[in-house]
Amino acid sequence: MNDMRIAERDVSTSETKIAARGVQVHYGTTHALKDVDIDILNGNVTAFIGPSGCGKSTFLRCLNRMNDTIAAAKVTGSIKLDGEDIYDAKVDPVQLRAKVGMVFQKPNPFPKSIYDNVAYGPKIHGLTRSKAELDNVVETSLKKAALWNEVKDRLHSPGTGLSGGQQQRLCIARAVATSPEVLLMDEPCSALDPIATAQVEELIDELRGQFAVVIVTHSMQQAARVSQKTAFFHLGNLVEFGETGQIFTNPRDPRTESYISGRIG
Amino acid sequence: MSDISSHRGSSSLLVADARTKRRNAAEARFRSYGVAAIAIALIALVTLLISIFGNGASAFRQTFVTVPITLPAETLDPSGNRDPAEMAKVTTIGYGNVLKAGVTAAVREAGVVPEGMADSDIAGILSQEAPAQLRAMVLENPELIGTTVETHVLAHGRIDGFFKGRVTMESAQRDSNVTPERLQLAQAMTEKGLMSSGFNWGFVTMPDASDQRPEAAGLGVAILGSLFMMFVVVLLSLPIGVAASVYLEEFAPKNRWTDVIEVNISNLAAVPSIVFGILGLAIFINFAHLPQSAPIVGGLVLTLMTLPRIIIPARAALRAVPPSIRDAALGVGASRMQTVFHHVLPLAAPGILTGMIIGLAQALGETAPLLLIGMVAFVRDYPGGLFDPASALPVQVYNWTQRSDPAFVERASGAIIVLLVFLICMNAIAIILRRRFERRW
Ligand SMILES: Nc1ncnc2c1ncn2[C@@H]1O[C@H](COP(=O)(O)OP(=O)(O)OP(=O)(O)O)[C@@H](O)[C@H]1O
Ligand SMILES: [Mg+2]
Repeated sequence: MNDMRIAERDVSTSETKIAARGVQVHYGTTHALKDVDIDILNGNVTAFIGPSGCGKSTFLRCLNRMNDTIAAAKVTGSIKLDGEDIYDAKVDPVQLRAKVGMVFQKPNPFPKSIYDNVAYGPKIHGLTRSKAELDNVVETSLKKAALWNEVKDRLHSPGTGLSGGQQQRLCIARAVATSPEVLLMDEPCSALDPIATAQVEELIDELRGQFAVVIVTHSMQQAARVSQKTAFFHLGNLVEFGETGQIFTNPRDPRTESYISGRIG
Repeated sequence: MSDISSHRGSSSLLVADARTKRRNAAEARFRSYGVAAIAIALIALVTLLISIFGNGASAFRQTFVTVPITLPAETLDPSGNRDPAEMAKVTTIGYGNVLKAGVTAAVREAGVVPEGMADSDIAGILSQEAPAQLRAMVLENPELIGTTVETHVLAHGRIDGFFKGRVTMESAQRDSNVTPERLQLAQAMTEKGLMSSGFNWGFVTMPDASDQRPEAAGLGVAILGSLFMMFVVVLLSLPIGVAASVYLEEFAPKNRWTDVIEVNISNLAAVPSIVFGILGLAIFINFAHLPQSAPIVGGLVLTLMTLPRIIIPARAALRAVPPSIRDAALGVGASRMQTVFHHVLPLAAPGILTGMIIGLAQALGETAPLLLIGMVAFVRDYPGGLFDPASALPVQVYNWTQRSDPAFVERASGAIIVLLVFLICMNAIAIILRRRFERRW
């Protein structure tokens, strides 16, 4: 715990981007998420930590309605993005997902070229007007994801031909390319080496200037390094949510305390 | 500690213990079963191919008579103005007489006629189709009239059978359609080059012929009919099948109704094809009053039969696309439609196409439902469109196996070869398409 460098605690008192109240998720008979209340702030990185199977990914998927694709999943409660309920019947999840980008737990590049992977989002949302502009978006996105130098000479070779860590960074570039307002990242660094991890963490820090970032991680050090706010989940409950410094140095709940000191998980 | 290790027989890796030996023996046995099964299948396939090619290859060769024939203007063009409409009034009987005279003169001149053979008997070496062939040739080129032309017409089926070993001198004695003298004449004509055998294009271009002239029977109408039907089947079942499977797999809610539909599609794929024939007869002919024997009806019936057989593999192909690809597309804000058309369908395309081609190949070889909607009728006119009467390849095979003249056995096997060639072509197309789509990763 001593080796942890805790990120500068400049929790801006800025406005709430996402407000979740009483969120419950059932997968058939499994009660995966129990009554979660959380506020995700603009300009902040929020980290979700907790033991495997505690519902971190499930909650993340609620935030851009990816749970809609799972027939068995039932979400109740309210989640508001800029004050609008995203589960309102009038909301088109497609529009929502353009605003709330996502990097999945397992790298899932399209079986297309590296270029097409990154260009796909901007293309379908009509974000660019010319080929040159699109090229530019692809380049900056790949640079942000710390992948540009490795792939700049083979942009037109398949994205699935990259290594696992490179694929994950490609997925980050793909999510960044659509300039979302919120970026959800599910263990983006689990397949990365320390250098790429450092680059991605740098990116996360950079991104929070423009977006609200939510990151799920199993690395307490990472949560401490990049996040301003931390939420600890355990068995479907949100046990504790607060400023990262406080969670790591002075947890209120005994379960948080034992998890970060390595006794549960 | 060695509770478990005491069960181990030998401690050396160089000596296989009893357990390992048993496992290896079981594996070797299993492999030999597999090899035996494949060997049996291959032997069956080779036997089948040998029998079909052995019987059918000769259908592609045919005996022709090649003699100079003088075409007298007074009988073939009585009006003398070379007007094809006027000339068409002269029937095949007129041409038959011209042909008979020409052949008799030619063989007498060549000195190949056996002792005592009457002139009236000589013409029996010609096919009954020969006058029609001569007539067609003359009507196409009226300027030939009045000249002597080297004419190439079909020999009689029995003469052809003689060269193919089907007819012998002994069998000819008992046969009312041929005499031993004619066979001797044919033999002598071959030596003089007046009779020869060559590749039989007519087998794939000419229409079917009656029982008395197997030498003229061809697959032209059947091939056209089958092509027209396949056109209808592809046109209808590709879009409907793909749309139905995409809808069911990607869009339809999973509830009791979709379960019922799913079960029914599986059941339809197992329904005997003749049932679709009855359905087609009731709906398309008796109710919708579409013409009988028409490729449009055959195509519609085969479409009904093929659809479930296309939908099932297409859905399997769609289901095999990893869900993570859908997540990825939805995650960047693609709509479901965009997800399907940009990502899922291209990945499923090879599987869908393979299922499609297999379904089409089954449809191409299907006979039973076509019998019920009248495609078994004897059709001599080439179909000009989807609504004209036509035949179909497998029906033609069935039809020829029913005829009494042994010459049709060879034709039926030949037709099977043509059918197989079509199927091989379709499979080749499937493989090429699959390669092309797969290369797009
Ligand atoms: N598609 C699903 N169908 C049924 N149950 C699911 C599904 N996805 C997740 N679950 C269940 O929901 C619970 C929470 O899963 P979730 O994936 O959110 O865990 P997690 O916190 O992300 O774990 P990890 O750190 O291992 O990724 C688990 O008990 C899991 O079994
Ligand atoms: Mg997870």
